[in-house]
Amino acid sequence: MKRVGVFICHCGSNIAAAVDCEKVAENAKSFPGVAFSTDYKYMCAEPGQDLIKKAIKEHKLDRIVVASCSPRMHEPTFRRCIESGGLNPYLLEMANIREHCSWVHPDDKERATFKATELVRMAVAKVLKNEPLDKSTIPITKRALVIGGGIAGIQAALDIANAGHIVDVVEKEPSIGGRMAQIDKTFPTLDCSACILTPKMVEVANHPNVNLITYSEIEKVEGYVGNFDVTIRKKARSVDMKACTGCGTCYQKCPSKVPSEFEMEMMDRKAIYTPFPQAIPNKPVIDRENCRYFKTGKCGVCQKVCPTNAVDFTQEDELVTERYGAIVVATGFDLFDESVYGEYGYGKYKDVITGLHFERLINASGPTMGKIKRPSDGKIPKNVVFIKCVGSRDEVKGKAYCSKTCCMYTAKHATLVREKIKDSNVYVFYMDVRTPGKGYDEFYTRTTDQFGAKYIRGRVSKIYEKGDKLIVRGEDTLLGRPVEVEADMVVLATAMVAKSDAAKLAQMIGFSYDQNHFYTEAHPKLAPVETHTAGVYLAGACQGPKDIPDSVAQASAAAVKVCGLLSKEEMPTEPIISAVDEAICAGCGMCVPVCPYKAIDMKVIQERVHGKTISRKVATVNSGLCQGCGACTVACRSAALNLKHFTNEQILAEVDALCL
Amino acid sequence: MKYAYYPGCSLSSTGIEYDMSTKKVAKSLGIELWEIPEWNCCGASSAHLTDHLLALALPARNLAIAEAEGLDVAIPCAACYARCKATEVEVKNSQEMKKTISEVIEREYAGKTQARALLDVFVNDLGLDSISALVNKPLKDIKVASYYGCLLVRPPRLGFDDPEDPQSMDQLIKALGGTPVEWAFKTECCGAAHATTKSDVGFSMIEKILTAAKEAGADCIATACPLCMNNLDMRQSQVEAKFGKNYGLPVFYFTQLIGLALGLNPEELGVNKHFVNALGLVKKLLEAEGRRDTA
Repeated sequence: MKRVGVFICHCGSNIAAAVDCEKVAENAKSFPGVAFSTDYKYMCAEPGQDLIKKAIKEHKLDRIVVASCSPRMHEPTFRRCIESGGLNPYLLEMANIREHCSWVHPDDKERATFKATELVRMAVAKVLKNEPLDKSTIPITKRALVIGGGIAGIQAALDIANAGHIVDVVEKEPSIGGRMAQIDKTFPTLDCSACILTPKMVEVANHPNVNLITYSEIEKVEGYVGNFDVTIRKKARSVDMKACTGCGTCYQKCPSKVPSEFEMEMMDRKAIYTPFPQAIPNKPVIDRENCRYFKTGKCGVCQKVCPTNAVDFTQEDELVTERYGAIVVATGFDLFDESVYGEYGYGKYKDVITGLHFERLINASGPTMGKIKRPSDGKIPKNVVFIKCVGSRDEVKGKAYCSKTCCMYTAKHATLVREKIKDSNVYVFYMDVRTPGKGYDEFYTRTTDQFGAKYIRGRVSKIYEKGDKLIVRGEDTLLGRPVEVEADMVVLATAMVAKSDAAKLAQMIGFSYDQNHFYTEAHPKLAPVETHTAGVYLAGACQGPKDIPDSVAQASAAAVKVCGLLSKEEMPTEPIISAVDEAICAGCGMCVPVCPYKAIDMKVIQERVHGKTISRKVATVNSGLCQGCGACTVACRSAALNLKHFTNEQILAEVDALCL
Repeated sequence: MKYAYYPGCSLSSTGIEYDMSTKKVAKSLGIELWEIPEWNCCGASSAHLTDHLLALALPARNLAIAEAEGLDVAIPCAACYARCKATEVEVKNSQEMKKTISEVIEREYAGKTQARALLDVFVNDLGLDSISALVNKPLKDIKVASYYGCLLVRPPRLGFDDPEDPQSMDQLIKALGGTPVEWAFKTECCGAAHATTKSDVGFSMIEKILTAAKEAGADCIATACPLCMNNLDMRQSQVEAKFGKNYGLPVFYFTQLIGLALGLNPEELGVNKHFVNALGLVKKLLEAEGRRDTA
């Protein structure tokens, strides 16, 4: 005979003002299975908890109902309480008579009391069906994976490594450094981007706890928090990393020229190349698609000139699988394709460039050695027009969101043009100037007041070529007048967009992304670096447009989360997960695609039917991955899947108690 | 190939040569045009400035007659086309509007028949290859500024060509043996009625287009809109006087250029009806043709 104890909490006057708690306790005495029922002013306080523990002993109670606030608030408290009273913590049920009753019905005590009684009736019916559940633990692999070797990935890796954990950094490109390596100067201090980035690149490369895996991509991710099995494709570099000294003879002699991605195709690189002089590792790769040897079988110059015989045309992609306890995703961003803007010439005017092109144009090691020159004819521009929000805040042609960084980098560009070309005129077309950041608005004010950039509030409706000039036509909405500027060069502040393969990686690892393919944090305020998948964290612009300070801050935050996880030997698992009744599982597999956490697989079992051994497929739940959402139990046609603690039988008992 | 033909009001008055050339050229190219009997005015800008339902009901009546015949409607005038297209789309997308419109015009109209720009029909249905196969007097050495105006290829998504840098007329000029010039004012507004009501605004808009065409090296302008024709052709001498310029830029309907390339009589195409002398250019073309023949 099950013996249920019912405890009604007044919550001071929070509940008692609207609900007659004594009466509810009295009513509960008549419910089937109830052996004891009482009420108390503060059930969560120590005397209240003692009351429960004492009653368990005195009345030989074996399951407990607490009618008080939301279980979000105090379920853990009361679970601990009855556990120390000698009961399994899952033999507790809470009836929420505060948020669900007294707070919403403050003016009708009689009916509120009736509702509270019914809520308790349901809880009693359910607790009678509750089963004791046990937490288990899973071991944690003490190794972290950082995907992406830009500034966010570098910072996260350094912080994890400095805390004493081993960390692997996987970077798709031949070198780490990411977008920040392409940038010339950083706002609002105008310090040189490379000067602050390269020391960090060196530090991460030399750190004894960091293992750089460049020119590599994630191929497959399996497992769950503490135990991710990640397969990494190490693309064939065609250069033996151990033998190569990075002398550079090969790319000096290589005859195949290819537009350099790093220089925004304004300069050539060779088919065997390092993306930029400060690359780390400073060892080249062969771009096989453009290599003469791989295309025609003839050439091999690099191999002949290499003093250490490091060039190896026979290298093949290598797949390695490694186990990690946690993953930081820091894959960065791409730039919006401005060629959707017909009014700006669909990307066909040579002197209409993006902000990233401009970064290379002002960089001392860029295609013009730091002199601002027009891409079309190499002339120094006199009138430079900047257009902000190209692709941002434009729901029709681009993205609805603000790219956050453009106001500041445009102000930076405007300042640099005025600084480098003394007789220049700078015009900035803008919708709003958004400068929320430390020292940001002061920088913008200097751009206009000290450097004399002319800000025009309005959109540009058209750019067209007239001779060697670009006519920029727009509106000055403050003057309420159309304006026309004869420009030598136009710089577009194109939106930051998610990487083209962002969705693919998210699906592979198993976490969510938004309609713009930016990765979704677990909570926009309170869990900004976590994903909904345990053990997977976010850093940098892959989560949304971000500048360098924000990316670095988020990377360090993600690193702390990783360190917290890796500091434990093992972690407890929540027992409220799905379970399969293999006897009635039809093996239809409907639950597999429904599961958002990739926690369900099909397995083959053997059983004897009518004296014969047959094998059939059934579903199986991975307890490490299952988050207890219950989606599979709805999809299951034979009701073989049940969510523990919320089984069909338990829920129906509640419904019956209310309705029968 | 058979289409219902909706000429619209302008084509029986200021734009009569558009009607003449359309009919001549269609016949030569083997396109049968069935003129919608008792067609009414599309409402142009007056109707949609007055009342939304009126603006839809007027074109709907014409479209309904064509729909009963099971024919798509070929429309030369860019403004008529825009009004008809807007009606077709709105009725197609709203059951409620379909009911209301059918009640107002006292005919069934479901938005099934398609409103088509005549240029679209020539370029995309008939095809450039079929047209160039029939060309016997190619527009050799003639540089044409294709001028689409603001309505023909807009709004985006509904139109048959790129709204910012349309190509269909340029391709057509090429198929006729001419040279389309690269210029940035293809879809600029000609000022429409501003030339009449606010002439300083209207004239400066016309001036920009004519100047751009001249600077692009065009010998003439091709258009698909009777109002654009009015502004660029009839107002050209006034604009020249006001801005102290000398353009001498003949303006043709694209149908007239097809006709000339097919070797049709210029007067039957109404080429003699323009304000800026267009026959001079035609004469030059014919002379060049003659020289090539004798050589």
